[in-house]
Amino acid sequence: MTAPWPQIDALAASVRNRERSAEETVRTALERSSAHEDLGIFLHVDEARALDAARAVDRRALEGHDLPLAGVPIAVKDNLCTREVPTTCGSRILENFIPPYDATAIARLQDAGAVVVGKTNLDEFAMGSSNENSAFGSVKNPWDTTRAPGGSSGGSAAAVAAGIVPVALGSDTGGSIRQPAAFCGTVGLKPTYGRVSRYGLVAFGSSLDQIGPLTNRVGDAARVLTIIAGGDPRDATCSNDPVPDVTEALEGGVEGLRIGLPKEYLGEGIEPSVREAVSDAAERLAAGGAQVREVSLPHTSYAIPAYYVVATCEASSNLARFDGIHYGRRAVASDLATTYERSRTEGLGAEVRRRILLGTFALSAGHYDAYYDRAMRVRTLIRRDFELAFESVDALISPAGPTPAFRLGEKTQDPLEMYLADILTVAANLAGVPGLVVPEKLVEFEGAALPVGVQLMGPMWSEATLLRIGHYLERTRGDLPAPPIGGRS
Amino acid sequence: MTDPQPPASGIEYEPVIGIEVHVQLRTHSKMFTPAPNTYGEGPNTKTDPYTLGLPGTLPVANKEAFTLAIRVGLGLDAEIASYTKFDRKNYFYPDLPKGYQISQMDLPVTSNGKLPLANGKVIRINRAHLEEDAGKAMHTGGDASFVDLNRAGIPLLEIVSEADMRSAPEAVEYLERLKLLLRYLDVSDCDMEKGSLRCDVNVSIRPKGMEAFGTRTEIKNLNSFKAAEKAIGFEIRRHTSVLQAGDEVVQATMLWDEDKEQTRVMRTKEESADYRYFPDPDLPPHHISDSWVEEVRATIPELPWIRAARLRSLDGITEYDAGVLIQDRAVADFFEQALAVSGDAKATCNWITSELFGVMKERGHDITSCGIPPARLGELVRLVKDGIVGSGGGKKVLHAMYGTDKDPAALVDELGVGQISDEGALEAIVRQALEANPDTVSDIKAGKKKAAGAIVGWVMKETKGSANPGTVNKLIRQLLG
Repeated sequence: MTAPWPQIDALAASVRNRERSAEETVRTALERSSAHEDLGIFLHVDEARALDAARAVDRRALEGHDLPLAGVPIAVKDNLCTREVPTTCGSRILENFIPPYDATAIARLQDAGAVVVGKTNLDEFAMGSSNENSAFGSVKNPWDTTRAPGGSSGGSAAAVAAGIVPVALGSDTGGSIRQPAAFCGTVGLKPTYGRVSRYGLVAFGSSLDQIGPLTNRVGDAARVLTIIAGGDPRDATCSNDPVPDVTEALEGGVEGLRIGLPKEYLGEGIEPSVREAVSDAAERLAAGGAQVREVSLPHTSYAIPAYYVVATCEASSNLARFDGIHYGRRAVASDLATTYERSRTEGLGAEVRRRILLGTFALSAGHYDAYYDRAMRVRTLIRRDFELAFESVDALISPAGPTPAFRLGEKTQDPLEMYLADILTVAANLAGVPGLVVPEKLVEFEGAALPVGVQLMGPMWSEATLLRIGHYLERTRGDLPAPPIGGRS
Repeated sequence: MTDPQPPASGIEYEPVIGIEVHVQLRTHSKMFTPAPNTYGEGPNTKTDPYTLGLPGTLPVANKEAFTLAIRVGLGLDAEIASYTKFDRKNYFYPDLPKGYQISQMDLPVTSNGKLPLANGKVIRINRAHLEEDAGKAMHTGGDASFVDLNRAGIPLLEIVSEADMRSAPEAVEYLERLKLLLRYLDVSDCDMEKGSLRCDVNVSIRPKGMEAFGTRTEIKNLNSFKAAEKAIGFEIRRHTSVLQAGDEVVQATMLWDEDKEQTRVMRTKEESADYRYFPDPDLPPHHISDSWVEEVRATIPELPWIRAARLRSLDGITEYDAGVLIQDRAVADFFEQALAVSGDAKATCNWITSELFGVMKERGHDITSCGIPPARLGELVRLVKDGIVGSGGGKKVLHAMYGTDKDPAALVDELGVGQISDEGALEAIVRQALEANPDTVSDIKAGKKKAAGAIVGWVMKETKGSANPGTVNKLIRQLLG
């Protein structure tokens, strides 16, 4: 069993102090990635490039640059553009696509001294909840390799859970950071919409997508957020408001905070062990001086249909550029229409094509009002649900998914059942509010010991409060064991 | 299809015409990305990851394009939206790298404008909205086609008129006046050859007196106003003959074939795309503040038709003169600055529109590149008016003004083209002339006024052309009492 990564602040400090080199930390991450190759986590690892970048960090550290993430190895989801490094989105159509630029979030992490060791596997174009929609094979959950790591940021969650890297970036359109974090027993933060630039994130649902960190600890997620957040002239939807230092208030405790338990999130279909994890956490919050009360988000049941209309409408347009003409895979055909049709049919997987068709239909003449427009109205109601709830509480606590990690193949035959796995996470994206998943405990589920997380949601821009509550839960929970992979095999 | 014949008899039809003009705005960068907005140069050199439609790139709206759109709105006396947003127009074509064009559907930047024609009729403007241009697909006829994305993403303002025009000449007048306005407002070079101004025309006809519109066709691929006029005329005649034959006009998009001088069907309504417009989630709605509008309003120049009316009120300036002068805002500016020095509107107008334009044309210059400051031309006009130099000498001076920075008075001396207008200086020569030509003097005395020309000629010869003929004539009359 490999030693767990220290806190990234400590790791970076040790590189700045030259107790160890960035080259060593990156080499460790690379070694671990090859040791766990069978988990299918990475789509692309470029050892030479990563080691070069690490040596450059060592030189910058020596020159006295202030590098808050000096030598921190990171993994990034493969729908985030990396300059000169393939970015496939888990899709055949972008199999050979190499962007000429870095996503803003990645550029900021690299400026801070972090080193990208690899690109992680995902559901194709981030469309999925199990990572099984990748064109390049599924990721296995490090806790039980017969189970899904969650999706769509499954590779990023598994990379952190397996101890390969202390930090990974994911993207969250309807729960794609939070649900895999819960399935793999890591921390996962979906920031407020507009907190982190989307520049360089290959769009799925532009009004829902947000980039965020997956980490071992709440403090690490807070550190990463301070670096990736903030205005970007290349993203008009990214807020220019100053970003508070969310690491400062972490230790503040929960005394006096009002925490809501949304009853719609704890009803039927929630696995008892998952519900129990939420009550355990709520009890500790109460013991810490928080006032815990039940609240209602009455339009929750409409979140899934509204989400799958808005997200697929936006996706149908966002993915139109993958037409085989300007870049990406092109099928050879004798005329333009057939070139489009064949390139897209051969290049895009079944779930992606399903969502493009759904979105195209919903935006079509005669259907717009019944689908897109109505979904946008529901979205307003859901946003209002949160606004009303946050008049009486500072944050909400809920499960992140109805069950612990399900088995690979268990839900692939029924897309609707798969969509319902997102029921506890999509509302935050529709409303734009932040969500944080923190591992709570291990439970026995279908004969396996699996992690269960709890989800915290708060008002827009309330990351500092969520991280503070999450940190409190983490501190009062005690250490969780590392996943059995490596040790057992 | 052959050119249909105009109706010989029967119901009288009235054409109904509406026009969409796409004008490229002369911003520094493209509509949603910092790539440069320039014309020409190698294919795909004026691009960047956004222009190429690479995944992960995002649009950020160009403020300068908004400012220019507001200028146009104010020039058209239109309402400027306080709240405006962008929408996606989805369709597939190789010149459209994202698979959608960012445009504005229901909340355009400006709407409800007016454009007056010369006869006072007002053409209503429905709206003008911002969008990004597509690239250019080039079909070689071989087995490959090429795409140049230099043009992709250049800001376009689409100006949509109401169907208020009733004839092809009226439609062309609208186009000409709109182009004039856009050039006055300095929002575009409006060069149709470069494609920076393009128009699509909707044509329908209806029995005169009827209110409901007939079925319309839209004509595309109009490369000049002349082509627009011919194409509209062709469509009017075609619709008329279709209706007279008892058939129905089919709603369609037509292409104008410049060589054959006829339209052909590009696509019918059934074949047209469903653009699936929806609000672009990458671009938050824009609020246009009153103070921004007022800031722009302060920069709006006098509109061409208002200027024409003002120039028309000057002494000696005809409607035609005013029309010529305002065709180019720089010419009108030049005229007014020259007039301030010369004090003679008609003479200044003539010197500019005949002499200066002639010299400019010879040398391939325009009014701003000719290098002659308007005040200098004004001085020249005044020298001619004061008799310091004759009109022939003045033309020589004008030519000499090219390429020097000498003032006209100095050039008159240098070229030796100055006139003698001093009566005292000329009187002796005129006396000599009269003495030398007694027969002519008799003729003059006998009432043959034209005979004086011979005396003037003698004096001109003697003075090597420097005598002011007016002064000489005056002296002849005085001396022969």
